[in-house]
Amino acid sequence: MKARRVLQPIWFSSVLLPFLNRRVKDRFVGGAFFLITILPFAILLVVIVSLILRTQPILSAHSIGELLTGQKWYPLKGQFGFFPFIAGTFWVTFMALILAVPPCLLSAIYLSEYCRPRISAVAKPLLDLLAGIPSVVYGVWGMVAIVPLVQVFSSHVNKWLGFIPLFSKNNPTGYSILSGGIVLAVMITPFIIAVTCEVLRTVPDGTRLASLALGATKWQTIKYVVLPQTRSGIFAGVVFGASRALGETMAVLMVVGNVAKVPSSIFDPAYPLPALIANNYGEMMSIPLYDAALLGAALVLLIIVLFFNLISTIALRHIIGRSKI
Amino acid sequence: MKKSQIEEGIVKGFMLLSFSLVVCSLGFILVTVIVKGLPALNLDMLIQTPKGGYYLGKEGGILNAIVGSLYLAGGATLLALVFSLPIALFLKTYSRRKWWADYVRLSLDILWGIPSIVYGAFGFTLMLALGLRASLLGGIIVLALLELPIMTRGMDEVIRRMPIDMEEAAYALGATRFETAMHVVLRQMLPGIVTAILLAFGRGIGDAASVLFTAGYTDRIPNSLLRPVASLPLAVFFQLGTPFPEVQNRAYAAALVLTVIILVVSLGSRWLSARMGRYTIK
Repeated sequence: MKARRVLQPIWFSSVLLPFLNRRVKDRFVGGAFFLITILPFAILLVVIVSLILRTQPILSAHSIGELLTGQKWYPLKGQFGFFPFIAGTFWVTFMALILAVPPCLLSAIYLSEYCRPRISAVAKPLLDLLAGIPSVVYGVWGMVAIVPLVQVFSSHVNKWLGFIPLFSKNNPTGYSILSGGIVLAVMITPFIIAVTCEVLRTVPDGTRLASLALGATKWQTIKYVVLPQTRSGIFAGVVFGASRALGETMAVLMVVGNVAKVPSSIFDPAYPLPALIANNYGEMMSIPLYDAALLGAALVLLIIVLFFNLISTIALRHIIGRSKI
Repeated sequence: MKKSQIEEGIVKGFMLLSFSLVVCSLGFILVTVIVKGLPALNLDMLIQTPKGGYYLGKEGGILNAIVGSLYLAGGATLLALVFSLPIALFLKTYSRRKWWADYVRLSLDILWGIPSIVYGAFGFTLMLALGLRASLLGGIIVLALLELPIMTRGMDEVIRRMPIDMEEAAYALGATRFETAMHVVLRQMLPGIVTAILLAFGRGIGDAASVLFTAGYTDRIPNSLLRPVASLPLAVFFQLGTPFPEVQNRAYAAALVLTVIILVVSLGSRWLSARMGRYTIK
């Protein structure tokens, strides 16, 4: 041992060797890993701060209230009203939720309470696949399959139910809130089902057995015992689904029509915030304040999504111990 | 028959109906993509880059987009892996303070919720600030931002499931935390880690909104990180936007190629994790 030490150059034993020591290495790596764990929060901070900074020019030219409630979007005239886009975002998202939530909850109850293990073992990969399909492919599906269906559907509904304001407009193209909502509904289905299944699993089996032992049917047990206990968790799951839907870009952009007007019927076209950014970014350099306005749109979108996402994440963290699937 | 039993039957019927609706919509999507895409797909599309006049319906293929997408998603997955594996291992072995781990997980969850279009817009301003143009590098960085939370949370969820006894056995034998992480946690949880990596890869390759402004689009296969690069989702999007039916058919074919890649990645991850699962301690 001593002989080997003599052969080593001095910098090796005094400078490098301590780092090769197992315990020093352990601490060194620990420190490095710790620094990397700061990264997620740092990214979050940088994204928010840089969007706020880049939005500054338009905030100094217009007031926030004017931007958020303004109805007119004429970048060439310097008019930037986000209201039609915010309204479009919420219309499409609500449409998707209305269509998605009932089947999702029933499917989740079926998968976690009723069906045989073999079926739920098959269902999980299928739902994962549904979650993994790229949004552009959803968009293609929407354009090819859903838009023509909505086109036919809207003319019929308009003929018979046109007196109801929600169905009042006739849109001959089919590119509408309903199309966007249908595509989005399918996209958020796997998320809502997965979260709801997790939430239902938090109810202890003993509770169910107690109810069944009293002579309740399976559905009565779910209705009077399981669902009341999990109401808040299911709500959080739906909010989580909404937060995914709000930010969805490509699929919605391809089927929703992109007309910058506040919609009033489900057959109206809409222009959600993500579509606004995607359609116009890159060509905004020549018009003053345009890029600040688009980054403002990104900031508004981010704030809306973060609000929904934070609520659902924190609630689910309390309810199922972890937040996502 | 009692009223409660009738109710039971009705509700069960609705449940079956909803569940089959969900499965059918998956089938509907796949069938649509196959029916529209298959007739337009041919070998030339897969092995050629676009020739002159491709976007008017002339010869060529989408090899540029296929290779470009693999470059983008592959690079982003590698870059995300460099950061996500340390975070996941730290949370399992090093983290002694629970609040810090909770807080890291919370920020990852929030990052996961950020829409990809916001990442795209952010990435674009970042590149403007750095003086970069739309390039492979820009696309890789933005996709890595998108993939990081997905991959890390995926790894974290499986690594957390490792029994504490195994970790404690390693410590009892005198292993340091780093040695435990590398030789015990990593080995034991490799199947789950591979699944998380491939999940992130699948998300990365399918995402269009984030690469829209950051990666650009080109007919060539890039030979440097600073060149723009084409990607499959954008190939679908741009070709659908043209008024020529022939070009639109190629968009359907590109969508089919993308779907097949996603399917292969998803099935491959299942197969790999089952195969690697053989070498773990049950």
